[in-house]
Amino acid sequence: MVRYDILIEDTGETYRCAETRSLLEGMEALGRKGIPVGCRNGGCGVCKVQVTEGSYVARVMSREHVSEEDEREGRVLACRVRPTSDVHLTVIGKMKKSVVRRVETAGAPTSHST
Amino acid sequence: MAMTGVLRPGHAVVRVLDLDESVKFYTDVMGLKETGRDKSGRVYFKCNEEHDHNSFVIRKADSAGLDAFAFKVLNNATLNELEGKLKDYGVTTERVPAGEMLETGERVRFKLPTEHVIELYAQKTDVGNGIGYVNPEAFQEGLKGINPLRMDHCLIYGPDIDANRKLFEEVLGFGMVEHILLEDGKTDLATWLSCSHKAHDIAMVRHGEPAKLHHVSFLLETWEQVLRAADIMSMHRVSIDIGPTRHGVTRGTTIYFFDPSGNRMETFCGGNYWYPDMPPITWTWDEVGAGVFYHDRKLNERFLSVVT
Repeated sequence: MVRYDILIEDTGETYRCAETRSLLEGMEALGRKGIPVGCRNGGCGVCKVQVTEGSYVARVMSREHVSEEDEREGRVLACRVRPTSDVHLTVIGKMKKSVVRRVETAGAPTSHST
Repeated sequence: MAMTGVLRPGHAVVRVLDLDESVKFYTDVMGLKETGRDKSGRVYFKCNEEHDHNSFVIRKADSAGLDAFAFKVLNNATLNELEGKLKDYGVTTERVPAGEMLETGERVRFKLPTEHVIELYAQKTDVGNGIGYVNPEAFQEGLKGINPLRMDHCLIYGPDIDANRKLFEEVLGFGMVEHILLEDGKTDLATWLSCSHKAHDIAMVRHGEPAKLHHVSFLLETWEQVLRAADIMSMHRVSIDIGPTRHGVTRGTTIYFFDPSGNRMETFCGGNYWYPDMPPITWTWDEVGAGVFYHDRKLNERFLSVVT
């Protein structure tokens, strides 16, 4: 099976991802972290990344989270792209602070952790 | 007769990104029965045990999420009466003609304060549950997949859930079964509302964005079937969010998982019953984790942030 090296530039984390797996699936399968994990199926947008180097094939993603321009410029959902070369990426997904931010929006405290 | 007015959740219409992949998932993995397709491309499903023609409908779109959630009401007189009450309450309603959805009568459509589209209808063709109304056998044999008993409820996310609750209680006759309070001890983070004896027919969580879907839920008969559902999900590489576990709220056993477009679904079993004379159960902010996921006693990071 062909595998490629994936580099998450934000954390320096690298992992090997099979060409048959999405970048997100490859990361999760090895217990690695760095890209936020949401629905894993292209609908929720939390695993959005900017591919800065390398090539991939993409499946359909929600337009609510990935515009045509995003798609042209390599801003894609890690759950929907499979690598066809080594890939470098940065994380732009929204999971990290969303719980706190959204509960703040609702007038809730910010001091809980999940 | 005690059960009048709004009877139960009737159908959910969900947007999917890839129709063929979704049909395969809902048929082979979920074990729903496809009952029809209409000119606009919507695909209709029912649970095998359900009697009405459809309870779950999918539509191809460029984003995931919930188009509408509908409740069946007792009869046409009730539909007219509830439409009048909604108008008197200041809600704009729209009539969708009979037949616009397959085998479904006229619908009264309106938006909740959280911008979710809700529909009421009185008629949907009874196509039966496969074992008939006379001397029925115990169950249909040879069914595949998870095969839930019914589409049971949904959990929606949006900003003004207080106004939602008021509308459901004052206009549609629902009652609040349980709620989770924020740290101030007064504001609801989440409410579970029932129009029946169930622990919930619809639930809602306070959230920044309007019109969001957290999950549509399907009922299973036993905890063992919930465990079997998890096995079937793993066999088919379904994206599981959390579970099998138990909710503190409702006490139902559960799996949250995602359909092929990232719409969260639930298969669950058991839980509380409710009558309108019972006071609501309250969960406090410091126990929100146990309220949502009873075994882990903490939220997973996806509970408050991953919606479609």
